[in-house]
Amino acid sequence: MSVTFLGMPAERPFPRNAARAVRDSQLRFNLRKATRTIRARRASVVAEAPDWAELREAGRAIKEHTLRNLDRYLVRLEEAVTAAGGHVHWAADGDEANRIVAGLVKATGETEVVKVKSMATQEIGLNEALHEQGITAYETDLAELIVQLGDDRPSHILVPAIHRNRAEIREIFAEHMAGWGRPAPGDLTDEPAALAEAARLHLRERFLKTKVAISGANFAIAETGTLVVLESEGNGRMCLTLPRTLISVVGIEKVLPAWRDLEVFLQLLPRSSTGERMNPYTSMWTGAAEGQEFHLVLLDNGRTGVLADEVGRQALRCIRCSACLNVCPVYERTGGHAYGSVYPGPIGAILTPQLRGMGSELDRSLPYASSLCGACYEVCPVAIDIPSVLVDLRARAPHPWPERAGMAAAGWVFERSGRLARLQRAGGRLRRLMPRRLPGPLGGWTDTRDLPEVPKESFRDWWDRTDGGRR
Amino acid sequence: MSSRDLILGRVRRALAGVPDVEITRAYRGPSDKPGDIRLFEERVRDYRAVVHLVDEPGVAERVARSLAERGARRVVVPAGFPAPWLAAADVEAVADDPPLSAAELDAVDGVITTCAVAIAETGTIVLDAGPGQGRRALTLVPDYHLCVVRAAEVVANVPDAVARLVPARPLTWISGPSATSDIELNRVEGVHGPRTLEVLIVT
Repeated sequence: MSVTFLGMPAERPFPRNAARAVRDSQLRFNLRKATRTIRARRASVVAEAPDWAELREAGRAIKEHTLRNLDRYLVRLEEAVTAAGGHVHWAADGDEANRIVAGLVKATGETEVVKVKSMATQEIGLNEALHEQGITAYETDLAELIVQLGDDRPSHILVPAIHRNRAEIREIFAEHMAGWGRPAPGDLTDEPAALAEAARLHLRERFLKTKVAISGANFAIAETGTLVVLESEGNGRMCLTLPRTLISVVGIEKVLPAWRDLEVFLQLLPRSSTGERMNPYTSMWTGAAEGQEFHLVLLDNGRTGVLADEVGRQALRCIRCSACLNVCPVYERTGGHAYGSVYPGPIGAILTPQLRGMGSELDRSLPYASSLCGACYEVCPVAIDIPSVLVDLRARAPHPWPERAGMAAAGWVFERSGRLARLQRAGGRLRRLMPRRLPGPLGGWTDTRDLPEVPKESFRDWWDRTDGGRR
Repeated sequence: MSSRDLILGRVRRALAGVPDVEITRAYRGPSDKPGDIRLFEERVRDYRAVVHLVDEPGVAERVARSLAERGARRVVVPAGFPAPWLAAADVEAVADDPPLSAAELDAVDGVITTCAVAIAETGTIVLDAGPGQGRRALTLVPDYHLCVVRAAEVVANVPDAVARLVPARPLTWISGPSATSDIELNRVEGVHGPRTLEVLIVT
């Protein structure tokens, strides 16, 4: 199987990344503050919708139906976009998508592009690929800008710079804006409004003059060929509206069958992601809108492999709202970088090993980056049963030999009741010799647990001896 | 083999023998009832937009006052905007004919438009580039957007709006002024889009 690249190098396993992250008190403070804020906001706007459960059920079913008929809907989407004057390209993997986009940008003769925040382009490392071709991609979403200026990595699906607080952001702006364009104002404070204003000034000129934009999309409607982008700041509108050429890189699972389906997802997504009744701006366009040249790049990059998996395919229902990250006790403590993928948190723990395979130590460890508390499933607007997929992936991940040997021995013992009884009696007699911690390669298990005490006699032996307590 | 055939082939192999699912739409669908004006007003205000309720004869005067209070001198007026509503305003109406450049749009004091649909429950206005609204850039580049919403355009909920809109048109859904939640996940108004949104609801 080919290895799918997910925008980040796979390095150390999750537990080691997590152990380092939880020692960073600033990071933990930033994450705790941000996730608490957003959890409360989401809870209040979800409680306000009397039919939330029904919307969620419809969202789940629409996505599932779409995936079951994905070939049909992709072909219909292609027809509709083409009929509306757009051009459709198909990319089997990230490299092909990057080549297609670079070729389209070069054909315009431009060397600079503006970008709307997009998970798909992060996943395929588009900015780096364009850079190699002499094309500079400018991120325009505030959080993406913070990550790009700080030469940092994203740590959250919706707010890639969630690990940074206002003081850190001020420093990044003051230090690095000048290297990318208009410098930050000399008297920049760490007030969020002042930081937003600095971003506005920094990007204004760029929006007004750049001729090519690259975006992703939240939804693509097969019936009409309409693409939909939800955003807050207006950078999305700038990129989608002003440039002459627009290139949208969209994962094949983003398609929705019908226009009407938006009535469900335009309620589920804003309330789940930013905790608002509606996000400030949503743009919808069909083909070559207002005379713009429009290219749609449909991206597979491992998705069809996930689709083939009976249990794991539900991960493709994901609408990237990030509610599961915000509610996850593991994510809140480790942050997103520990997951080593552009998809962190609970959804990342099931998506990354499926897209990338479980060849690396990191990817094998991701299904364990959870206490299986189930909070992610509860808040998921399309009801992805993340805990079940995690358990399934754990079963399929290669296990170290001491664990396999232990399980094989246990299986042999439990196969016959006589074997178990003999082992229990032996254990009862030798109980004083039992160590507190397991020796050698089994020690990992007792690093975080006490070995249970061995009773003097088993329940069955006690029952036989006392006739169920009567003797 | 083309990538198109490759991907479609992989999809078909992945789905072989997988049963379809039924979609149950038990949620609140289109209400087909007019939207609650008071609720719309309250919800728009929640986004920290400026909101006024006026009756039809009072529109011109309210428009004039809003533009004067804003200090707007040069205002973009899209084709099809009702001329009587601007009659009392002491401003230079800038037409988008020939189309204004982005730099020209950046230099005006604001834009005044109508809308296609407004949603009471979410406090959203939707523009579809129809008469009185113009192309998308007109309501994006200027820092001040004054939108006149007629009561008949206000629907109750999101399904009502989706049912009324025409997908082939370029659509912009606007819920309050430009904002961001990217700094510590707190909402701050005013990034790249118009930092001030003022809505006049004509009752």
